[in-house]
Amino acid sequence: MQPRLDAATDAELVALCRVGDDRAWTELVDRYARYVHAIASRVYRLPHTDAEDVFQEVFARIYERLDSLRDDDALRPWIAQTARRCSVDALRRSGRELSVAAPPEGVDESLARLDEALAVRAALEDLSPECREVLDRFFYRDESYLTIGVELELPAGTIASRISRCLVRLKDRLEPGRKPGARASGGKMDDNR
Amino acid sequence: MTPEERIAELLRALPTPPKGWVEAAKELPAARRGLATLVERIEHDERLRARAVADLEALLQAEGVEPTSAVVAHLRRRLAG
Repeated sequence: MQPRLDAATDAELVALCRVGDDRAWTELVDRYARYVHAIASRVYRLPHTDAEDVFQEVFARIYERLDSLRDDDALRPWIAQTARRCSVDALRRSGRELSVAAPPEGVDESLARLDEALAVRAALEDLSPECREVLDRFFYRDESYLTIGVELELPAGTIASRISRCLVRLKDRLEPGRKPGARASGGKMDDNR
Repeated sequence: MTPEERIAELLRALPTPPKGWVEAAKELPAARRGLATLVERIEHDERLRARAVADLEALLQAEGVEPTSAVVAHLRRRLAG
């Protein structure tokens, strides 16, 4: 039986990618696609076409340069740095004013927030399928209680209470008594592996 | 802001990228293997090499490869090396 790659650490994924494991690459893309997309489209506010170019360029660079990564556990910061560079290049190409010495205001704060979001996302993966689905639909796909209720054949009120209950479970996963924000290596919560 | 509200805000911070973008990124290994084969052919076929030098994008399209900026840049580097 093949190992579950969604539970693999970043370092394990990188090692598998290096030996040509396409499944590991697929998992790496799944794990970081939202992150890269958010950096390009939300932090740097690139238009759709530029954001797509940056998205593809980031993963192409990561794929090509995996051998040069000195610390396999540092995949997330490496991806963040690559996405920043590619986004800055895209801004320059588009003629928008920007200098690396003076990045857009709030970039560091925005990236720190995305790191937190990645940890929340990783914790979400450890919830029950019911919780994952309802939270995914509501927060990521922006579906209403009504739409989700129709899809799942449940009253809208039940959806609302399920979302509320699942958020509490997610909060508990993110270490009881602590606010989300504790950095998780590679976007995965260590205590959830 | 309650912890639940903060988590909800963080959940919204990572939007889902378009499916096509993700699929293209996932196909990189297979695409790169295909490009490696094309590079090998170009290196051993002068007519193909001339076509690559004249119009790399057109050659890629003719070979069924979408000439994205990343693909073209990668191929140019490979051919230059």
